[in-house]
Amino acid sequence: MQKIKTGDVELRKVFSETLFELMDSDPDIMYLDADLSGAIGTSKLIAEKPEQAIDVGIMEANMVGVAAGLSVKGKIPFVHSFGTFSTRRCADQVFLSGCYNRANVKIIGSDPGVSAQSNGGTHMPLEDVAVFRAFPEMKIFDVAEPNLLRFILKETSEEYGMTYTRFPRKFKGTYYDERQDFKIGKGVVLREGRDVTIIASGLEVFEALHAAEMLSAMYIDAEVIDMFTIKPVDAELICASASKTGAIVTAENHNIIGGLGSAVAEVLAEHCPVPMKRIGARDHFGEVGDQKFLIDKFAMSSGDIVLAAQEVLSRRN
Amino acid sequence: MNFDKKKIDLFAIDIRENIVRTIASKGTGHVGGSLSIADTLAVLYGAVMNVDPENPNKEDRDYIVLSKGHAGPALYAALALKGYFPMETLQTLNKNDTILPSHTDRLKTPGVDLTTGSLGQGTSLAAGAALADKLDGKENYTYLIVGDGELDEGQVWEFALFTAHQNLSNLITFVDANGKQLDGTTEQICRLGSIEKKFESFGFNAITVEDGNDTEQIYNAIMSAKAEKGRPSAIVLHTVKGAGIKRYTKMANCHSVAVGKDELEEILRELDEKRDQIRGCRNAEN
Repeated sequence: MQKIKTGDVELRKVFSETLFELMDSDPDIMYLDADLSGAIGTSKLIAEKPEQAIDVGIMEANMVGVAAGLSVKGKIPFVHSFGTFSTRRCADQVFLSGCYNRANVKIIGSDPGVSAQSNGGTHMPLEDVAVFRAFPEMKIFDVAEPNLLRFILKETSEEYGMTYTRFPRKFKGTYYDERQDFKIGKGVVLREGRDVTIIASGLEVFEALHAAEMLSAMYIDAEVIDMFTIKPVDAELICASASKTGAIVTAENHNIIGGLGSAVAEVLAEHCPVPMKRIGARDHFGEVGDQKFLIDKFAMSSGDIVLAAQEVLSRRN
Repeated sequence: MNFDKKKIDLFAIDIRENIVRTIASKGTGHVGGSLSIADTLAVLYGAVMNVDPENPNKEDRDYIVLSKGHAGPALYAALALKGYFPMETLQTLNKNDTILPSHTDRLKTPGVDLTTGSLGQGTSLAAGAALADKLDGKENYTYLIVGDGELDEGQVWEFALFTAHQNLSNLITFVDANGKQLDGTTEQICRLGSIEKKFESFGFNAITVEDGNDTEQIYNAIMSAKAEKGRPSAIVLHTVKGAGIKRYTKMANCHSVAVGKDELEEILRELDEKRDQIRGCRNAEN
């Protein structure tokens, strides 16, 4: 069983350090930013690696197109902006210049959902995953853990194709150790359980692990799965766990429409239907507020997951 | 290289013939914007570009990015005439399972380097390709073709800022300024003002080609652009939509029109007369 630890390193530091390592080892790996390198901690990277790292200015559409053009010539560009602007702001460029053109761009969206905090509703991506899930061949990862972030950055740089990775830049929590093995398309069982399955991603993994502790005190044995790989989603694991527990709760830092909850619901409905409930933003906009305040206000807390677990259990029984 | 105007003018007529034949095989298509850029493609493929039809993906080739992707039939005609694929393939335009979709697709058509179709997007793709070449110290060029209506797209101006800032002199942008877009003239729909002054103010070396359907003027502009090493160049081609075929130049707008059998015969006769003129007189007007 995985335990939550308070980390001492912000994810943006892990991001910039990993990019330094990747770019040192492969001169074709590049980094483009749209005037948010100061926010994501890559200013030093841009200053020290001018041949590989470029701040293009506030032009996300051009950034994605340039990255796609670079990739067709063999470069491996990562592009970053806040999750709102690296997805919906340039959705057609990602679709056509990226996916349809079979380019190789690694899109990073920082501060997904409630982690946008004081930047508020304009900057709070609760729809980014939904936008990209319908783009053919696009892979989508929801990450809020340093070891997982290192893996995703390295793995996506090595495999050709379009990817989108979202992570909260200032978050520090951790629940994996350095030896954890990951695989794209494979979720990770963080806690085995018999009664109910909580499938979570990103920041909501922490809420899910807390919820499992709370449920345990109520003699409910919850299984917790980190489904960081939203697309491709791990249908095999979802069905295996659903047939074991017979009750599913999903928890995502995103609108419940079009994200992880929808992906899991599609698998369950087609292959292994069991009672389920989705936790996440319930089709509303974001707003200014601290992360904890927003998690409570949007009914995405561990307590909300516990209530959802009780509801699906009552429907199952 | 000496420019053989007669040879290139004949090539441009061959491209025109195959544009209308190709579109006639489907019945309808983007005639006007394909014809307006035919002379530029004749110059590029006949006298300028480092490409090899036998090896369409050769590493050091010049890139072509047709950002006004709907002019695909013009590029397909040039590519087929150069031998990238059999001439008969042109008759499959927009038909089921074709390798020639209405908008250019790098994965389907040999000789197409980047996929375009959503206007404005070819610009940034071309900039990325040119930037990669510059970073790798390569000598080849990227040739980008945009329409004047396409300049309405904001992405074009993001591209222009970026390309000038990065000093991508290995990228040559052609603006096919035929003055018309789908819904009317560029003057009616959204005034562009001086395209040259706009690009100049963004940091480009802007070159005017007063007759954008004159192959020699186009060639000279490209040579002038290649001599400019400090800035990217934008060649503004003042063209005529439907150029080279009377029935289309006379139309108020020939953006997308039907081409019937009778019309095709009339057009082929007109093009044959032009060929005779060129063969008979070295300085004949196109």
